Amino acid sequence: MRDPCVLCRVVLLTNNFLQIPYIGTCRLVLHGRPQYFQTLTFQDGVCVSMIKLSHVHKFFGPNEVLKDVNLEVKEGEKLVIIGPSGSGKSTTVRCMNGLELPTSGQVFVNGVELTRKNRTELVRSTSSMVFQQFNLYPHLNVLGNLTLAPIKLFGKARKEAEELAYHYLEVVGLTDKAMAYPTTLSGGQQQRVAIARALCSQTKIILFDEPTSALDPETVQEVLNVMVKLASESITMVIVTHEMGFAREVADRVIFMDYGTILEEGTPEHFFVNPIHDRVKQFLGKILY
Amino acid sequence: MIEQILSLQSWMTFLADWKLFAQAFGVTLMVSVLALLLALILGVFFGVMSTSSNPVLRGIARGYVETLQNTPLVLQAYVFYLALPYIGFMIGQISVGIYAVGIYHGAYIAEVVRAGIQSIPHGQAEAAASQGFTYVQTMRWIILPQTVKIILPPLINQMVNLIKNTSVIALIGGTDLMNRTNDWATTGECIYGPPFLVCGILYFILCFPLATWGRNYEEKLKRRDVHTTDKPAAKEAEGSAS
Repeated sequence: MRDPCVLCRVVLLTNNFLQIPYIGTCRLVLHGRPQYFQTLTFQDGVCVSMIKLSHVHKFFGPNEVLKDVNLEVKEGEKLVIIGPSGSGKSTTVRCMNGLELPTSGQVFVNGVELTRKNRTELVRSTSSMVFQQFNLYPHLNVLGNLTLAPIKLFGKARKEAEELAYHYLEVVGLTDKAMAYPTTLSGGQQQRVAIARALCSQTKIILFDEPTSALDPETVQEVLNVMVKLASESITMVIVTHEMGFAREVADRVIFMDYGTILEEGTPEHFFVNPIHDRVKQFLGKILY
Repeated sequence: MIEQILSLQSWMTFLADWKLFAQAFGVTLMVSVLALLLALILGVFFGVMSTSSNPVLRGIARGYVETLQNTPLVLQAYVFYLALPYIGFMIGQISVGIYAVGIYHGAYIAEVVRAGIQSIPHGQAEAAASQGFTYVQTMRWIILPQTVKIILPPLINQMVNLIKNTSVIALIGGTDLMNRTNDWATTGECIYGPPFLVCGILYFILCFPLATWGRNYEEKLKRRDVHTTDKPAAKEAEGSAS
């Protein structure tokens, strides 16, 4: 018999037949719900889908923002989502950490279906997010921003949390700003702190929602450099961006969204050399030249 | 009354009984502190509740605020005093005063807290949710600490009003400063001037420093607001306070 899935502790026998080991400690939703199995990807009995959107529809009032989005992100993959404004890119990533719940369809994170009930707990242990507007906590200094979640949510001792914070501040190159308050920092510095804050949760997934769109052109590069550095690690990254050079450099896969659907999907080479859809050609033509 | 204020004789008579007034002043002070504690607890609780996404919780908070804000405090005090014994609560006038004033101002403070919470940019709650903070944790560690600074000036205003409104106890017969003053003045020799003047001064020295401090703090917030105009987040958060 193969080893149980490292993520959901379920043993896969052959493709869709599974044996469910009732280990007392396993609290995952996949338990006893073989129907979910067909939607997730397994390799050698191990679930490799880190994030999976299955037939996701999302309405804001009468507007259908996402129309049947199907998307799978594998562990360690760097996925870049591009597309015009209002195409549903942000909503798509926000569905991945429960900031939006789909009107219909399913979202799986780390092999578990994300629901209204479990989203806080599931998100805490699996993903963190970097926002366009940084959203640092203005009443706390940089160190406070970085240690809040490790101390309050993960029960780390203050000393341990601060060591962790300094480690990630070094990664983003802001060790000297540990005691500064967010409002005294430049936009680029704030965003790097936000990235460090996301790293401090030590989650497998980091979602980036247009991380450089609120920055002036000169500071964009300092944030992108940090993200390129992260891309060499095993973290699963989903990045919504308009920075095509960056997308080409770090992406394993690029998807193009328009009007709430995924129009085209492929490797960066495919995308930037010869995309199929006219809409994609038109968009890239405008943004690249 | 003017002659009485100028008459040494009436002052002598009044000051001979200063202990009565000191004791009543102590009662007013105690009632103010306890009612304030109650009002703060209720205010934060219902204020947070009225920003909840759950319509039932929001409805309960709205009901509390609207009922208490749109009926007179005097009526509420009478209702507490006269109705509570019927449902088995035998409590003294002073306690009734604490509950009535505390619950009444709790409604106002709930509104202050609600406005404060809603002035915090939504991105803060989203950042907290993206890190996996629960609703209560988000309020406790992220939203309320930011709210405190903003709501302090209107909160001080409520505290001053609360201190003055403790005088409602006089109407239901509790011996607070107001009642003692009235009682003392209207019995015996009927000396009105000195006691009412001193009563006013005593309320004033409780309220004035508070109100002044609140106003100075608000000015400080406004000044800092000017300094940080190039920082949109700070401006948005503090602008709503002024």
